[in-house]
Amino acid sequence: MPGRLSAIATAVLLVALAVPAHAATIEITMENLEISPKDASAKVGDTIEWINKDVFAHTATARNGDFDVNLPAKKSGTLVLKKAGTVDYYCRFHPNMKATLRIEP
Amino acid sequence: MFVRWSAAIAAAILLSSPALLQGARAADKPTDPQIAHIAYTAGVIDINAAKQAQKKARNKDVKAFAEDMLRDHEAVNKQALALVKKLNVTPEDNDTSKALSEQASEKLAELDKLSGAAFDKAYVANEVAYHKTVNGALETQLIPSASNAELKSLLQTGLKIFQGHQQHAEHVAAELK
Repeated sequence: MPGRLSAIATAVLLVALAVPAHAATIEITMENLEISPKDASAKVGDTIEWINKDVFAHTATARNGDFDVNLPAKKSGTLVLKKAGTVDYYCRFHPNMKATLRIEP
Repeated sequence: MFVRWSAAIAAAILLSSPALLQGARAADKPTDPQIAHIAYTAGVIDINAAKQAQKKARNKDVKAFAEDMLRDHEAVNKQALALVKKLNVTPEDNDTSKALSEQASEKLAELDKLSGAAFDKAYVANEVAYHKTVNGALETQLIPSASNAELKSLLQTGLKIFQGHQQHAEHVAAELK
């Protein structure tokens, strides 16, 4: 087993090295039909992780068409930000769930 | 109270049901096992309506709405089943559940005779009325009557999601006109 463990460790290390140091992961929660935080800031290259804690399927769908991430019940979904701008997004299934992402260059 | 709100549900959904007005005399307000049964039954009714709509609806917004109903109501009912299991509660059939089911099967039969745009309109109109009624019952009777905190919380989540359904149904109904 130590062999496998070190292989995993190496893999983790390689992944860590491949990702630029400044890239962060920003967690946004969907729970009880609310998006939190409603207003999140990030930079190009950062990863957004939406965590769906509901028993309902949700989506994170950009009004401008930039992204449409499916979030099955109790699952997460990620998106790497590629361009700057302020993007309003919502859940296609529950349009009352609305939020904004401010993406800096 | 139980009699009164049962009557209100019957009146709103079916426009009158002698069975319901005669029934539900026992308790002042529904017990948790009865509430669980009513809530679950209400979900099943909308799931069956959605399944019918998936087969019969023509308009794409109506089809999408039916898909949303199926997905959400199945999720709520799955959660409800898990909760009653956890609480070791056996949902108890009652006159309100029975009346709801009877009314729903009559509605299904009525809608089954329609097709095309007439079906789409009638289905969505019924969804508006149905969610309005269920939300009213949740808000004024089921949630205040629930004594278990987890049951109450599930009903509150249900209300929130069904209010969204009502808005969605109203929006689709307006588009169909």
